[in-house]
Amino acid sequence: MSPKIITVKENILASNEEKAGINRNLLDRHNILMINVLSSAGAGKTSLILQSIRRLKARYRIAVIEGNVASCIDADRISRENLPVIQINTGGGCHLDAPMIKKALNALDLDAIDLIFIENVGNLVCTADFDLGAHKNAVILSVPEGDDKPYKYPVMFSEADVVLINKTDVLPYFDFKLDDFPRIIEGLNPSAKVFPVSAKTGEGMDSWFSWIEETLT
Amino acid sequence: MHEQSIVQSLLSVALDNAAKAEARKILSIHLVVGDYTGVEEDAVNFFFGFLSKDTIAAGARIQYTHVPGQLRCRDCDILFPMQKRDYRCPKCKGRRVEIVGGRELYIEDMKIE
Repeated sequence: MSPKIITVKENILASNEEKAGINRNLLDRHNILMINVLSSAGAGKTSLILQSIRRLKARYRIAVIEGNVASCIDADRISRENLPVIQINTGGGCHLDAPMIKKALNALDLDAIDLIFIENVGNLVCTADFDLGAHKNAVILSVPEGDDKPYKYPVMFSEADVVLINKTDVLPYFDFKLDDFPRIIEGLNPSAKVFPVSAKTGEGMDSWFSWIEETLT
Repeated sequence: MHEQSIVQSLLSVALDNAAKAEARKILSIHLVVGDYTGVEEDAVNFFFGFLSKDTIAAGARIQYTHVPGQLRCRDCDILFPMQKRDYRCPKCKGRRVEIVGGRELYIEDMKIE
C-alpha cells in the first residue's frame, strides 16, 4: 500500500467510558449506589469515608474500593470497621480506571451491598477524566489547600456532584474565604452541592450524610 | 505516570484502525490534545516509543494539535479562553461559566502504508 491518510476521529478514552457504562449497569441491576470520592492527597478522603461508614453502617450495607499508588494503610484503617474493602494498587499510576473498578466489583458480593465508596488516588488533575461507573462524584477540598483550587483545576470541580470543604475546624488559621466559595462553585457547576464540613469534629457532616441517604432512596 | 495508560489506549485505538484499513505500517498519528487533559508531549513520546516497539506503529511520529481551554459564559453566551487563575466572563465579569473546550483527547487521523 502506498502511504495514505485515514480519518480516525476516535476518543482515546472511549474504551474506558464504555467499560464505565458496563460497571454502572451492573450496579443498577443490584440496586447499589457508588460514590467516587476525589481530592488531592491529604484532603481527608479516608477520614470522610470512615465517618460516613460509622454513621451509616447500621442502616446500609457498605463496601469500600481503595485506590492507592502503593501501600494498604488506608484499606487497613477501613477494614477495622468490619466491612468489605478491596484494595487497588495502581503501581505508580495516578488515577483509577473503569477496568480496575470492574475487577474490584467482581470480588464483591453485590447482592449484599447497598452503597460503595471509591477512594480515588489523591490527585485533582486526571482522576476526573476517567469515568469509573460511579453514580456520583464527591470532590473534597480542604481548607489548607486554599480557595483558588477551582481556578486551577476547573475540570475536577465541574465534574463534581458534591464539593465538600473539609477541615473547617482550622479556618481561623488560613485565608480561605468560605463565604465566597459556594458562588465560585455555583458559577462553574450550578447543580453541585457545597457542604463545609470537618470530618474531625463532625461539624457540618449531617448535610453530607443526609445527601447520601436522599441519593440512596 | 498518567501518560502510560493513555499511551496504551492511544496505541490500541491506532492499531485497531490500522488493522481495519489493512495497513502494513503506521507512519504518523495526528493526536488532538486539550490543555485541560494535562497530557505532556514528552511523556507521550517516551511511552509511545517504549510500548509500540514490537508493533506496526514502531517508529511512528506523533503530530500534536493542542486545543486551549475554552469557556462559555452562561449569561452572555460568549466564548473566551481560560485566563490564568481567573475565569470571569470578559463582558459581564460573571463567573457563571461552562468548560466547552480543552478536554479533547482523540486521534484525528493517521498516515499508514
